[in-house]
Amino acid sequence: MSTPKKILLLGSGGLRIGQAGEFDYSGSQAIKAFKEEGIAVVLMNPNIATVQTDKGLADEVYFLPLTLEYATEVIKREKPDAISLSFGGQTALNLGLLLEEKGVLKKYGVAVLGTPVSVIRDTEDRDLFKNRLKEIDVKTAKSFAVTTVKDALEAAQVLGYPIMARSGFALGGEGSGLVRDKEALSHKLGEVFHTNKQVLIEEYLEGWKEVEYEVVRDKDNNCITVCNMENLDPMGVHTGESVVVAPSQTLTNEEYHMLREVAIKTIRHLGIIGECNIQYALHPKTGDYRVIEVNARLSRSSALASKATGYPLAFVAAKLALGYSLPSLPNSVTKVTSACFEPALDYLVIKMPRWDLNKFENSNKQIGTEMKSVGEIMAIGRSFEEVFQKGLRMLAIGADGFTAHANGNFKIEEYLKEIKTPTTTRIFAIAEALRKGVSIEKIHQLSGIDLWFLAKMQNLIALERKLKRGTLTKQMLLQAKRAGFSDKQLATITKSKEAAVRAKRTRLGIRPVIKQIDTLAGEFPAQTNYLYLTYHGSENDVEPSKKSIMVLGSGPYCIGSSVEFDWSSVEALKTLRAEGRQTIMVNYNPETVSTDYDMSDRLYFDELSLERVLDITEFEKSAGTIVSTGGQIPNNLALKLYENGVKILGTNPKDINRAEDRHVFSALLDRLAVDQPAWVELGSLKQATKAAKELGYPVLIRPSFVLSGAAMSVAFDEVSLVKFLKRATAVSADHPVVISKFIENAREIEIDGVAQNGDLVVYAITEHVENAGTHSGDATVVTPPQRTYLETIRRAKDITKKIIKELKITGPFNIQFLAKHNTIQVIECNVRASRSFPFVSKVTGHNFIEVATKALLGKNVKGNYQTLELDYVAVKSPQFSHGRIKGADPLLYVEMASTGEVACFGDSYHEALLKSMISAGFRLPKKNILVSLGGEENKVKLLPSLQLLSEMGFTLYGSEGTTDFMEENGIACAKVHKITTGQEPNILSLIEHGNIDLIINIPTRPLARENEDGFVIRRKAVDLNIPLITNRQLAEACIIALKETGGGTLPCKPWSAYTPSDA
Amino acid sequence: MRSLYLGFNGLRENSRKYLPRGGIFVSDMKLYLEDGSVFEGESFGANVSATGEAVFTTGMVGYVESLSDPSYTGQILVCTYPLVGNYGVPDEKFFESAKIHAAGLIVSEYSENYSHHSAKQSLSAWLKKNKVPAITGVDTRAITKILRERGVMLGQISHTGKKGKFIDPNKENLVAKVSPAKKTVHGKGDTTIVLVDCGAKENIARSLLREGVRLIRVPWNYDFTQEAYDGVVISNGPGDPSVCGEAVENIRKAFASEKPMLGICLGTQLMALAAGASTYKLKYGHRSQNQPCSTVIGGVTRTYITSQNHGYAIDPNTLPKDWTVWFTNANDGSVEGIRHKTKKWRSVQFHPEAAPGPTDTRFLFDDFMKDVAKSKKT
Repeated sequence: MSTPKKILLLGSGGLRIGQAGEFDYSGSQAIKAFKEEGIAVVLMNPNIATVQTDKGLADEVYFLPLTLEYATEVIKREKPDAISLSFGGQTALNLGLLLEEKGVLKKYGVAVLGTPVSVIRDTEDRDLFKNRLKEIDVKTAKSFAVTTVKDALEAAQVLGYPIMARSGFALGGEGSGLVRDKEALSHKLGEVFHTNKQVLIEEYLEGWKEVEYEVVRDKDNNCITVCNMENLDPMGVHTGESVVVAPSQTLTNEEYHMLREVAIKTIRHLGIIGECNIQYALHPKTGDYRVIEVNARLSRSSALASKATGYPLAFVAAKLALGYSLPSLPNSVTKVTSACFEPALDYLVIKMPRWDLNKFENSNKQIGTEMKSVGEIMAIGRSFEEVFQKGLRMLAIGADGFTAHANGNFKIEEYLKEIKTPTTTRIFAIAEALRKGVSIEKIHQLSGIDLWFLAKMQNLIALERKLKRGTLTKQMLLQAKRAGFSDKQLATITKSKEAAVRAKRTRLGIRPVIKQIDTLAGEFPAQTNYLYLTYHGSENDVEPSKKSIMVLGSGPYCIGSSVEFDWSSVEALKTLRAEGRQTIMVNYNPETVSTDYDMSDRLYFDELSLERVLDITEFEKSAGTIVSTGGQIPNNLALKLYENGVKILGTNPKDINRAEDRHVFSALLDRLAVDQPAWVELGSLKQATKAAKELGYPVLIRPSFVLSGAAMSVAFDEVSLVKFLKRATAVSADHPVVISKFIENAREIEIDGVAQNGDLVVYAITEHVENAGTHSGDATVVTPPQRTYLETIRRAKDITKKIIKELKITGPFNIQFLAKHNTIQVIECNVRASRSFPFVSKVTGHNFIEVATKALLGKNVKGNYQTLELDYVAVKSPQFSHGRIKGADPLLYVEMASTGEVACFGDSYHEALLKSMISAGFRLPKKNILVSLGGEENKVKLLPSLQLLSEMGFTLYGSEGTTDFMEENGIACAKVHKITTGQEPNILSLIEHGNIDLIINIPTRPLARENEDGFVIRRKAVDLNIPLITNRQLAEACIIALKETGGGTLPCKPWSAYTPSDA
Repeated sequence: MRSLYLGFNGLRENSRKYLPRGGIFVSDMKLYLEDGSVFEGESFGANVSATGEAVFTTGMVGYVESLSDPSYTGQILVCTYPLVGNYGVPDEKFFESAKIHAAGLIVSEYSENYSHHSAKQSLSAWLKKNKVPAITGVDTRAITKILRERGVMLGQISHTGKKGKFIDPNKENLVAKVSPAKKTVHGKGDTTIVLVDCGAKENIARSLLREGVRLIRVPWNYDFTQEAYDGVVISNGPGDPSVCGEAVENIRKAFASEKPMLGICLGTQLMALAAGASTYKLKYGHRSQNQPCSTVIGGVTRTYITSQNHGYAIDPNTLPKDWTVWFTNANDGSVEGIRHKTKKWRSVQFHPEAAPGPTDTRFLFDDFMKDVAKSKKT
């Protein structure tokens, strides 16, 4: 193939469970690899918070839905001669296959780069896959690919229960699961066949070890394995849900190389070009194996492997796709050796999944073959105990390690049960069991976890016991540090203070050493900037850098803290570099761009804890630290670092604290005479109930120092108040909880901005489509504002100026307001970059983080930044993963539940809104719409919209009350019965068999969970992948937009066609 | 399950010698290096002292194979991968020779706990049985960086803490020490292969022994040209090739016939010397399982990942006209294999028999056997 002139790269869209930030990393690397060859790159990705969609990377960026329709339009417009499918996860791969299947690629002469489409199909279609592997005598799990329920049941009968059901063409094991009997299988398949045409019924490999290899192959048939990984959790737990170590720990040389050989043989036979991943089950006693699957694209595992080894997999894969051979590419770490080699690690890494299931009420804590985790962390060290405890702290879930938690949490009552049936807290259940004296053999029997790992865990519990008994001698302290105990844990164990432990160990000369990751285990010298800290060593690999600026990253992706904070950190690094400053990045999330080898002068892949940041600061003597771009984790560290003498750039951490502490901040607003919802700080439960009564229900409960409204709740009565308060105090025990009056039917607006020395420099106003009560992270957001009065905007700006003056802010900030009629009230202020910074930056054409970073450096950043008078509109929509969280109610709520976001531009609000919604998975209705509205107010207010739907020719179905109301008002609507009546047609049967295109279900009160049918409707909609709207304002906006735009394909213009060229 | 239990019971038997499950051992050991550096750690092998040449290996698996590889005779092995001992030690039949040949073992984190269905004993127990000392708890990356720069450096493991004399093992003929005393015959068949055993790894013999093959394993200095054979393999082995004059002489004699010859590791250097080429010391020796080696097949560069342990390389400029470079190292361009332009005489610096390490080049044994079959016909 000749070198292409223009490549269309498909991104992965909004972050969701099973497909997170790792594709920002792989896409960014691919763009750089293509650009280096002088090839033009067109990127299609509606995820506006990514680095890959930055100016200066791709030549054109399209913030558009990743659908056949829009991709075809982009191909027509751009006329690329090649398309790249392997850097945007399953989304890009599936879209690519669809484009090929529909003949679009052929029609417009677009060649597929890298692995050919036929090979992708061989790996995605379970039956083809099995047959291809059979050709070379490679073993796969015994299985049958079926397309009907009947065939599935027969296949299961042949294999014998329990069996595994897997769906083809799915990401993160969606729709897969262990099935124990016939009834469960028929139930499951009903759902799965709605979204998948093929299901695999497979033998269940209970207790087998799960191992994977990352494989790279070039067009000349050179083939290497870059990394192998072993799951701590055996088969039955999805690899995205497993604790994973690299390299494997319990495999002998023979097993390691037997699987490696099978990997190379298989990948060569399939004919993959670029990067892929092969997963195995390995029998723990016989050494027999099965190939589980091959992913013919960059994946979460490849991102992990890349960060674990320092080998730039995505970059190399992109070069191979262009026709380079592996031996012709250099090792970008050593610069002198070849990329055709297999990294040798002289450390080990552990990956742990981060779950946020407690954000979803009713959700199931069990884990299994479907992915539920929202993010992950990676810890690097030189002993298992060290990385294991580091990793558990990195999760940022309040655990201080494996044991000895200062908050006293992580006591698991039914520990044996959780060990047997894995849950998100299984690791802590094992700790509990070991403390109670349960033998590792027993735990092994229950969990299948290899005794090697369990023995290591037992070492930790034994060491804790020893530490409790004895005095903390130098040898004991060193032993504890080598086993990964933090100063805080040691303080808890020895009933001391973290600072005292730190003082003691530094006095004894016990300090961690800094080691490099060089891909060759020290065999050749390497100029690598990739570093970690360990207590297993006697010398540092590097000298302190000079006058560097340190940027603290965001930690694991979780609900509320996602790729947008990585974007902010990366922009800070880019700006610092442009300003000629040396940079240090600290972060430990393997799915990020900020941890890429070429983003900073030094990367510390290590903990974002007081202890570790102080360790690094003491060594580096950095000239300043930026805490305001990485979200809540660095923000919460600011004051403690400051008190320990770390130079924090920008707003004084004492002032950051004044904004974070709900009580102090509310008092501050009172003093500034800035209006806010009536509030009261809680002392006792009794006071709280009394206060709530005085404020009048509903009330909002808000703990301090939390992100994404963790434990934030609206209580409509005393019962729910008491319940929520208990949760709030558990989340944030040592920080104040405030309750305030919840204002119903208010609109929410936000100001994102940058200030310098208390003066406003640049700001942007965004407006929520949904009324207050929907968490800002779950809201649909529009800029410039469409419904807000100019007077309101002026007032918001005035208040903003007052607050930033009072807090003497230098750097980024975000203030949230409630607007009702002409009044405006402040609800909160964050003295840091917010979730919407990438959105406002890319929409207004002014990079807010660039301005903020310059402000932090003390540069003059005054200027005329036009952010309100735009000739276009942009809308940002939340991306939900409700499909993954079985049992959860997909309702918008004050606590955030979305896992990502997307944004689109338009010449009108309507156009932008619909494109944005489609990008987040919405499909425009064609014919049938089910409407179920709770309460009089919803019905009355939505009447005009429903009339519009009717006029547009949609067939409306309604629940009993809704239908009656519509008919009274002259709108034709077919009545469906309540589920409980058992009459036909009822809501359930309609949803399951009625070809419904859209469900509008608005509960009476925005937050109540009152009726059963409502829940079933919403849950079914999600499970059957039917578009669902649960918010009245969004329903209204969407219907009007449908009417205004006519519901066809909307204009497809690149980003550059909207924004001013100088931005 | 049974063997897993055995593993852990074995551990408990020895547990008195350790602090309970904490990972730190009581007795102190020191590693002295020639350049004056000292590393202090804890003992987990035999409580004896040892001297030798300190070398490192960057393989992440394969301690059993490496320790029982006769090429490591006289060498103190430093593992760069920190966790060693995880899967214990299997039955003897899986070893690369009957015993541990390395003089000592240095690791960062010995895993007291081991777990594997094939494990028969712990690494610690095996080391003790073989009277080989071992140290854990030292900065192996720091040692590696020192060794990488100096290449060959003598080292000393001291269980008394006191520094003794450094003794260079290479002054002796190490090959003579590890080579078998007399000829043995294995297998049955029409094809006779001679394996000149200079300290051969078992897996070379395993790779050659196939249906229809009679393998004559001979001492390093045995004049194998007297035997009726169809092909000859010159094995790996420890130390300096220049002390193996007798072997070089025999190879030169064998060049008189057309019979296929395959050299491996030390064998390649002996063949080079026999052909009249010379060797030199590499700036950075190759001691790992991830060395990329390239050869051109049909105009396309093919690169294989290989297992290696050597500090010397063949100088390509000294190769006689009828010999040519076969494989080169993709990292540093050094010679990794040579071949005769017309005869079936080939040799590789790396280990096609793997064990430990990748199996990419195992096909070389098949190719060799094909050559043998072809040459038998003519």
